[in-house]
Amino acid sequence: MENSRSFYNEILTDHNLHPMHKHELDGATMRLEGINPSCGDDIVLNLKVKDGVICDGSFVGDGCAISQASADIMLDLIIGKTVDEANKLKDIFLRMIKGEATADEIEQLEEGSALADISHMPARVKCAVLGWHTYENMMEGKTDD
Amino acid sequence: MEKNYKYDFPLLRDNPLVYLDSAATAQRPYSVIEAETEFYQKYNANPLRGLYELGMNATDCYEQSRETVRKFINAASGKEIIFTRNATESLNLVAYSYGLTHIHEGDEIVISIMEHHSNQLPWRMVAEKTGATIKYLLCDSKGHITDEDMDEVFSERTRLVAITQVSNVLGIKTPVDKIVSRAKQCGAVVVLDAAQSTPHMTIDVKTLGVDFLAFSGHKLLAPFGIGVLYGRKELLSDMPPFLSGGEMIQSVTRDRVVYAELPHKFEAGTVNAAGAWALKAAIEYIWSIGYDTIQNIEKTLVKQAYEGLTCIPHINIQGADNPDEHMGIISFTIDGVHPHDVSSILDADNIAVRAGHHCAEPLMKHLGVPSTTRASIYFYNTSDDIDRFIESVGSIRRRMGYGE
Repeated sequence: MENSRSFYNEILTDHNLHPMHKHELDGATMRLEGINPSCGDDIVLNLKVKDGVICDGSFVGDGCAISQASADIMLDLIIGKTVDEANKLKDIFLRMIKGEATADEIEQLEEGSALADISHMPARVKCAVLGWHTYENMMEGKTDD
Repeated sequence: MEKNYKYDFPLLRDNPLVYLDSAATAQRPYSVIEAETEFYQKYNANPLRGLYELGMNATDCYEQSRETVRKFINAASGKEIIFTRNATESLNLVAYSYGLTHIHEGDEIVISIMEHHSNQLPWRMVAEKTGATIKYLLCDSKGHITDEDMDEVFSERTRLVAITQVSNVLGIKTPVDKIVSRAKQCGAVVVLDAAQSTPHMTIDVKTLGVDFLAFSGHKLLAPFGIGVLYGRKELLSDMPPFLSGGEMIQSVTRDRVVYAELPHKFEAGTVNAAGAWALKAAIEYIWSIGYDTIQNIEKTLVKQAYEGLTCIPHINIQGADNPDEHMGIISFTIDGVHPHDVSSILDADNIAVRAGHHCAEPLMKHLGVPSTTRASIYFYNTSDDIDRFIESVGSIRRRMGYGE
C-alpha cells in the first residue's frame, strides 16, 4: 500500500505541475493524438524530426498526473536523440512498466525511472505509457485519420 | 453504545480498509455468505425440475426467496417478481420485451439526464429500432428536477418514462411521485431503476405506483448475479419472453410453443437459486436492522463527511448543498488533481473510493465535470472511517506538490 504513497514523488508531481514541454510546437513534422479512455487522458504529441534526429518536441492535452508527467519526462529524454536511440528508450520504458527491465537499463531512462513502481499499480499502467505508446504509433506511421 | 456493524462483515472486521465504494457493490455479511453455502450444502438440485425431494426443496427455497422479495417491495403477487442477474438485465428485459412491442414511431421516451448507462442505453436502443424519440429530463447543477423541467419533456406522445430513484453520482432522490403522476396523465408506463435506492430506503411499489422496478442484489448485500425485476401483472402477462429456452415453456411441439405462466415465462434456463436464497438472507438481515436505523447511521456519517470536505480548501462537492439530500453518496473534485490520482492516493492510505464518470457520462457533461471522485457510505461504515477519509483527502494537494 506504500507504493502509491511514494509513487507520487517529487519528480512526478513536478513534471505534472510544471511541464517543460507542454505547449504547441511550430514547425512540427509529426503530430499524433493519444487517448486513454479509462482516465479520459488525451494528449497530442508533436515532434520535429530532421535527418533521423528528434530536434524538438512538445505535447498538449489533459489527463491525470501520471499521464502528463510521463509524457513530459519522455520528451526530456528523447529530444536531441536519434529516432533509433529514442526507440530503444521506448522499448526499455515499456519493459520497465512490465517489471522486465534491468537496473542498468532503467538507469538510461533517467527521471523516467521515477515511474518504475507503476508496475505495481495495474490500473494506472495505461496512464504511464500513453506518451510512449503515442510515440510508438507515430513512428509506426499511424495517423489520426 | 451504537453497534459496530463491521463485525457482521467478514471482509471488514479486523481489516484496516476504509471501504467507501458501497454504491458500486456492498460488502456481504456472514448471514448472506452462509446462506449461499447452505443452499449448496443442503438444498442443491436443479430447481423447478427435479420431481424428487431434494429438487422440490430447491424449488421451495427459490420460491420462498421470491416471496421474501415480494414482501420487500410490497408487490401484490409473486407472479410479479422475476429473478434476473442484475438491474441491468432487468431493465434490458423491459426494453426488449415491453419496449420493442409497445413503443412505436413518433412515440416519446422520457429518461432523466442522471440515468446510469444501464437505464439509458436500453431505451436508446428501443428508440433507434422503433423510430421513437428520447427526451432528456434535465436537472439543475445541484441535481434537482423542477416542475418546469418536467413541462419541457412530457407530452401527449410520452409513452414510457425511465427514471432512477436515487442518482448514483449525486446521491439525490428524484421526484418519483411527481414523475409518476405526470406519466399517468400522459398514459405512459414508468420504469424505476431502484439499484441505488433499495440499499437505503423502504420500497413500496403500490405506493410508488410504478409499472416496472429493477434492482440488483449485490448492492443490497446479496451475492453477485442475482437481481430482480418487478412488473405489474397485467403488463407482464401481455409481454413476449425476453430469453427463450428451458424452463420458460408449458409445452413445445414441432410447430407450437406455449409459454409458461408468470413469472417463469421470463426466467429462461436454470435459475440462480442459491443467489436467490442468499438475497432472501440479505433482505432478512436488512429487516433485522431496519431502514430507520440504517438511515440514521448514514445520515450522521454523510453529514460528517460533507462537513469535513467543506472545510478543506479546493474541494468542490457535486450536487445538493444539504447533506441530507445525499443518499450515502458524495461526489467531489479537487482543483488541479485528476480524480484517478485522488483515488490512487486514497488507496495508498487504504481507502477505497470510485473515480471516473460513474457510467453516467451525459450527466457529467451536463454538470460540466469530466469525472469525479465518489465516496459512498453504508451503515457498516464508522465515524472513524470518515475521519480517516477526510484526513487523507485533506493531504492530497500537498502530496501532489501544491503549496497551500
